[in-house]
Amino acid sequence: MSAQVAQVELAPPPSGPVPYPREFSIQLLTDMVRIRRLEEKCAELYGAGKIRGFLHLYIGEEAVAAGALPALAPGDNVVATYREHGHALVRGMSMNAIMAEMYGKREGCARGRGGSMHLFDSATRLYGGNAIVGGGLPLATGLALAARMQHEDRVTACFFGDGAVAEGAFHESLNLAALWKLPVLFCCENNLYGMGTAIERAESQTDLCAKARSYDMPALSADGMDIVSAYETTKEAVAMIGQGPVFVEYRTYRYRAHSMFDAELYRQKAEVEEWKTRGPIHTFTARLKAEGKLTEEEFLALDARAAAEVAAAVAFAEAGTWEPVEDLLKDVHTP
Amino acid sequence: MTRKLGYREAMREAMHEALASDPRVFLMGEDVGRYGGTYAFSKGFLDEFGPERIRDTPLSELAFVGAGIGAALGGLRPIVEVMTVNFSLLALDQIVNTAALYRHMSGGQFSVPLVIRMATGAGRQVAAQHSHSLEGWYAHIPGIKVLAPATVEDARGMLAPALADPDPVVIFEHAGLFNLEGEVPDDCTVDIAGAKVRRGGTAVSIITYGGSLPKALAAAETLAAEGVDAEVVDLRVLRPLDTATIVASVAKCRRAVIVDEGWRSGSLAAEVMARIMENAFFELDAPVARVCSEEVPIPYARHLEEAALPQPEKIVAAVKGLFA
Ligand SMILES: Cc1ncc(C[n+]2csc(CCOP(=O)(O)OP(=O)(O)O)c2C)c(N)n1
Ligand SMILES: [Mg+2]
Repeated sequence: MSAQVAQVELAPPPSGPVPYPREFSIQLLTDMVRIRRLEEKCAELYGAGKIRGFLHLYIGEEAVAAGALPALAPGDNVVATYREHGHALVRGMSMNAIMAEMYGKREGCARGRGGSMHLFDSATRLYGGNAIVGGGLPLATGLALAARMQHEDRVTACFFGDGAVAEGAFHESLNLAALWKLPVLFCCENNLYGMGTAIERAESQTDLCAKARSYDMPALSADGMDIVSAYETTKEAVAMIGQGPVFVEYRTYRYRAHSMFDAELYRQKAEVEEWKTRGPIHTFTARLKAEGKLTEEEFLALDARAAAEVAAAVAFAEAGTWEPVEDLLKDVHTP
Repeated sequence: MTRKLGYREAMREAMHEALASDPRVFLMGEDVGRYGGTYAFSKGFLDEFGPERIRDTPLSELAFVGAGIGAALGGLRPIVEVMTVNFSLLALDQIVNTAALYRHMSGGQFSVPLVIRMATGAGRQVAAQHSHSLEGWYAHIPGIKVLAPATVEDARGMLAPALADPDPVVIFEHAGLFNLEGEVPDDCTVDIAGAKVRRGGTAVSIITYGGSLPKALAAAETLAAEGVDAEVVDLRVLRPLDTATIVASVAKCRRAVIVDEGWRSGSLAAEVMARIMENAFFELDAPVARVCSEEVPIPYARHLEEAALPQPEKIVAAVKGLFA
């Protein structure tokens, strides 16, 4: 079987002015670097057998979580998928809690019951970590319903992939949210593949915004490799939420395998390389440098801080303890 | 003091009470509003409580059950009505993969205080796609509680403790019971903790639940006339199963027949049987027997449907078989 190449016209690398003060610009960059460093370490730890199970890396897609989440308020809800390390981190979960969870340790956010795919954090209103494709969309719709009925000024941001668009849950949820005018931000991370299936092999209509618009909701498309586009588009979408749900497509690309068990027979290396020219971190770094908002020394320093944070998280996870087996049945029900 | 009440009216009163007493409670499902509920359980609610709290949904079982889970996580106490168990299969993913798992999978961070109600069962000549009895499937899943109100008192009383429960509760209302009438106490407080003996006896323990309870009681009457003093145990709570009550009854009677409208293979009856084997094997004077549905899609024609389902005569015959 020949490799399938996603038929997309590659836009030029993100460029142009960064319309933010230095501090915020550097925060955006720092979050992308933190995700990247965390996940590179995860891949290494997977090879070493420290992390087991399924591990889905977000490498290449960092601008989406790092750009979209700062556009939300602390009181907003977030629902994510199994590719959610970045979302958890940017939302404010500590790297320690994330890493310990991946180690399966008691100090992890879910005390080792969830692992990589099920990061939860009540403090930052992160409702998973859902590993059923499309499974988060009905849930997000209900969280938004609760907010509306209780007169809470809260947006529920629901992240999901292009693959989820083929699920009934997508269509049922968009319809319900639009019908009831619920404050849901549907955030579609379109990385052009669902596992090995390119979007044009899965969708009769590959314009995902057109699908959302058919449910009578506004739909915006962002360049998911450009953190400025991700942030601006999300901000614009959040501002539109008052009248009902909004759909945002982030056009992005995953550089690594779907999970750790993927021979990548479905795409060509050249395609991945081409997308790397649009890399969210190096293009943004170059723009900040060009504007004089960042020096190479500053970049190296923030990169070193991220690496140190990762090293500390690994040490924390290593030193962590195992949930006692006597507590296996704890929390099947609420005590 | 007691009063006479029908099953439908009991359900309606229970929901009415919940809606009137707790502003977090709302009802959501297909045709619960303008239509008044598929089985008229929510007649008049829309006018009284308004469209925010009596929500007609589109035909989207997956989305509105999932939305119920989200709403529960968000601080409300939803009653989600799925028209029948047959259609709940379209929502099974949300019930099994989200509602049941979230508390444990999140390390205790997120509970889902949701009540899902659905009609179940056969016996009304509505053919194979409308006649499932899949309570046993749901009872297989850790993380949810499964209730089967088989009396008017339970129909009236089980909803309140289900709503007070911090975790997901699925309530199965057997359509064959909807015209049931009974005496209920004015204060209809019941628990959702375990089984109840509905008829005391000493010769055989007939263990059942839901729509089969009236059949088991009818069989017990027939047996009494023939000098066999049968006890009838109503499981009521299908998950977690009340092993202690089952074992106590079997230990006393030394014989047991389990009546289950589910299909025999992998049924709830099989689970009850296994618990008897584990806990009361040496108390038995005869092998445990089962009366289940025949392993066939439930047919439309009346005589075929009757033949496919547990019936009082089959229960009587099964009991007699234990004394042969
Ligand atoms: C309902 C369901 N079907 C299949 C799978 C297996 N699976 C896991 S991820 C995945 C691909 C999903 O693709 P997409 O939604 O585009 O997200 P991405 O992995 O690209 O971020 C599949 C098929 C699943 N987890 N859930
Ligand atoms: Mg994808």
